[in-house]
Order: sequence, then C-alpha cells, then structure tokens
Amino acid sequence: MLYKRLFKNQLALTGLIILVPMFFCAIFAPFITKHNPVEPNLKEILMPPSLSHPFGTDMLGRDVFARVVYGSRISLLVGFVSVGIAILIGIAIGAVSGYFGGIVDEIIMRFVDLMMCFPTFFLILTVIALLEPSIWNIMVVIGATNWMGIARLVRAEILGIKNKEFVMAARALGLSELRILIKHVLPNAMSPVYVVATLGIGGAILTESALSFLGIGIQPPTPSWGNILTQAKDNIEVAWWLSLYPGLAIFLTVIGYNLLGEGLRDLFDPRRYYRLS
Amino acid sequence: MGEVLSVSGLKKTYELKKTIFSYRKDKIIAVDGVSFVLHKGKTIGIVGESGSGKSTLARCILFLERPDGGEIRFTGQVIDYGERELLRSIRKKIQIIFQDPYSSLNPRKKVFEIISEPLLFHKTVEKGAVKDRVFEILKTVGLGGEFIDKYPHEMSGGQRQRVAIGRALSTDPTLLVADEPVSSLDVSIQAQIINLFLDIKENMGKSMVFISHDLSVVRFVSDEIIVMYRGKVLEKGNKESVFRNPLHPYTKMLLNSSLGGIPKIQIEPIGNEKDRGCVYKDHCSERTGRCMDEPPVLFGDGDHRVACIKY
Repeated sequence: MLYKRLFKNQLALTGLIILVPMFFCAIFAPFITKHNPVEPNLKEILMPPSLSHPFGTDMLGRDVFARVVYGSRISLLVGFVSVGIAILIGIAIGAVSGYFGGIVDEIIMRFVDLMMCFPTFFLILTVIALLEPSIWNIMVVIGATNWMGIARLVRAEILGIKNKEFVMAARALGLSELRILIKHVLPNAMSPVYVVATLGIGGAILTESALSFLGIGIQPPTPSWGNILTQAKDNIEVAWWLSLYPGLAIFLTVIGYNLLGEGLRDLFDPRRYYRLS
Repeated sequence: MGEVLSVSGLKKTYELKKTIFSYRKDKIIAVDGVSFVLHKGKTIGIVGESGSGKSTLARCILFLERPDGGEIRFTGQVIDYGERELLRSIRKKIQIIFQDPYSSLNPRKKVFEIISEPLLFHKTVEKGAVKDRVFEILKTVGLGGEFIDKYPHEMSGGQRQRVAIGRALSTDPTLLVADEPVSSLDVSIQAQIINLFLDIKENMGKSMVFISHDLSVVRFVSDEIIVMYRGKVLEKGNKESVFRNPLHPYTKMLLNSSLGGIPKIQIEPIGNEKDRGCVYKDHCSERTGRCMDEPPVLFGDGDHRVACIKY
C-alpha cells in the first residue's frame, strides 16, 4: 500500500529515478566502466570527453567517468553510515529523554542545546585535523555531530505518543517499560525520522565532499567527488570536464535525496494518510 | 461472595504549576474520599460528567496512578507501589477498556499482534496454542477469524472496540474497568457493545467497574451505582433504588436530562482546596443557606446512601 502511494508521489518518484541508477552504478562499478580509476595513464593527459572517455581524463590521464562512478561508492557509503550513526545516537537519546521525562529530560535537552551551539563544520575540521583523515573517522565524526535534530524530533514525537491510551493499555497489560518503549512507542515515532534521515544523507554527502575538497577528507588516489574537484580547480581553465561531472554528480545525488525526503514527508503526513486509506 | 476490589477514602490531587518561575502551586482535587466495595461477578457503575474524576479513579484502580490518600485493596491485598514485579502481576488481573478505540489500539499492530502480545509476554499459553487462543478470544467478542490480519484503521469503531475488549480479556483478568466504553460509538453499535459486556459479566463471571456519563447505559450493566461530582461521591446505592428513588438533586437532574428533559448545564470541573460547603452548591436547584459552608457527608443504610444535608 505504501509502495503504491510512493509511486504516485511525484517528488518521491523523481528522487527515486535519480537515485536508483546511482545505486546501480555504485554497486556494479566494475561492469559499468573498464577503466581503472586510480591507475595513471600518462599518454592521455587532460583529454576532452570522447567516445572512449565519456567524461574526459584528468591530469594523470585517469578516466574521469571511472573516477566519478567509483567515487559514488564513497559518497553513498559516507551518506548512509554517518546518517545511520546519527540516527542511532539520536533515537537512543531522544527516546530516553522523551519517555522518562523529568530531570533526565531536562539534563539531556540542555546538553543537546549545548551541542547545537558548536559550529558543526569547524568542529569536524578540528577533529579530523587532530585524527588522521580516514573514511571511517569522517563517517563517525559526521554522525556524531548531526544527531541533535533527530534526538529533538524523536523526543517531541514520544511526548505526544507516551500519553496515548494504547500505551496506558500496554502498561495495564503488565508489559515492561522497555518493551512498551521499543514495541509500542518508538515504532509510532519513526515516520518523521525517515524523512529527516533521507534529507540528512544529502547533507552528509555534501559535508564529505567539502572535507575532501579541503584535502582532509578521502585521501588520493581513492576517488571521491570532493577530491576530484580539488584536482579540477587547478586545471579549470583548460579542462572544464574535470569540474563539471563530479559537480553534477554531487548536485544530482543531493537533490535526489532531498526530493525523496520531501516526498516521504508528504507520504507520512497522517492527515493525508487517513484520507487516502 | 468474594471481595474483588475495595476502595476506601481514595484521594488524588494534582498540582498545577502556573509557570516554571512561580512557586505558587494550585492544587486540584480530582478524587476526594471515594469508597466502595466490589464483589465477585458484580458490576459497579460510576456516573458523572466530564471532570468529575471518573477517569482518575479508573487509573488509580489500575494502579497506574499513585493515590495521595486512602487505600485500594485488590482481592484483599494492599499493593506496595515499590514492588514492580508484584505490581505487574497484579496489573494483568485488572484490565481497562478505554473510550476511544482509535487511540487505545496501537495503529501499527495487526489484531493478531494486539491480542497475542500479552499472551506471549506473560506466557499464559504455550507458543503453539497462541493462535487458537486468539481465535477463541475473537469469537468471544463476536469477531470472525478473518480479522486476525487487519490493522486498526481497517476496522469500524465497533469492531475496534471489540478488539480492545478482546485484548483486555486476553490476560484472563478478575476485574474489568470500562472507562466510557460506548460513548464514542453510534447508538446502534452501543447496544451491541453493551450486550457484549452483559455477556462477559454473566457468562464469564468477571467483575466490572463501568464508568459512564450516560445513566441509561450504566443502568443496563450495573448492580450498584455511584454518582460522582467534582471528585466526591454524592449518591451511592443499589441500582433499582437509585433509579426509582433518586435522592440527591444532582442525580435527579442527571436522570431528567438522560430522559431528554433539562439540557446539560456548563460546569467548571474539579474542586479547588479553598472550596467549602457542598460541591454541588453552585448549580443545585434545592440549595439552602447551610449548603454554602457545611460539607455534607455520605450517610444512609448500606443499600442507598446520599451526601446531601436535606436528608
């Protein structure tokens, strides 16, 4: 039923049309392109787009199409893992805060306020500068600085749900508090989390690209959209294709997630939900 | 006849903070000195309009709220609220049915999960027998086996209320608390659900506390009636004698309005501590000077008691 409505929703559908081929490329990268994304080929430096190199080559003669395709693996991985981390932290903290309330809630929410005061990007920069810039460090740091919104959202949802009668009925049935929280309260609080998570993936991909562009993200020769752009900026006057294609890839992916997120928001809107069902 | 529930002098107040910066607290008395005894297989009907403390009373009976005064004994046992395991095992013996079956069923669970969850959690039946037991419960509440895979939003209000009753029956409770169980249903469905309650009472021998603002509904199912107003018991007695010979002016008013006589008056809910005198003094048609500062006490014989200085 949800799938049917998903396909009727134009925003979500557009998002999926952009994202599904991206996933396909990321998973089947070796079948999509025969070129090696990291091996230099000094005979074909800075070639403009052609049939054998649809996106041209870079200053080391590597195929840009191959680099963009392999780079999508990094972007998707960073997007999903870091948002996954943010969701886990956010749900745990938000659920405890909202469900148990009182002084616990007060302390946790003030901590969230405190976390939100930090300029996130500079926090990430500092942490990465102190640690070594590996893909795992990047994902953990992006995740650990983006859970606050989700925590607040989950808390707000739970505040509304925990006083509903089905929760009271569950308590009267003698179920344990933990079971009530996990089985009855949390599942009903999840829909807005899916929306925020989807939008968050786009944000995480952008952050990763920015970090890689600044040289403290994914380290060459591993291709990522951000570090392709770094190399591109040195040659922007002679090789426009070096900047255009990875830039386009970032743009399309982020807009894909944003559209999907907006579409999901419509789908999960309870008023619409009841009208259609 | 065994005593299932005995409530004596129950009191519950809520503190109302005006703002977070003010230390002045207003106390609101939701339930004030309610006492009654419920015997096995009997039904007690609690009548009163919204704000009279009926639902707070229900929550206290379920041990979901801790009363500020008085005592609740369940099958003769006084409950220590600190003992969580004991509390949990007692709770499953007391089940509640809520007014609104839209919000009392988890919207993300199918009927099968709703009814089987307590069975599995308390291990009341073997794993293999769960499905049979769920069918059995559905049959008891008048639903066919095809409902097992339905979500709450796929059912009508009456069907949903039947599922809620089925869930309450799943733990095989001694006592059922029904908090306005038919108020949100259509009149034709109301009759069906009331019949179901009569069935449960007569064939399964459950004791019930039946809460409603509608006297005609309470009349069908109850053996004894308690009339509440602003947290206090105004009249209490055998069903027949309360209906034939209502003593308190408020009961008379309720009886008249349930026959379509006097329109309901707007009443500010729940008492404040500063109030003196009779709780019903502001709206009483038979008020005298003494009502203003002399709080009446409940008196009379065991079958019929009233709290009014007229008698």
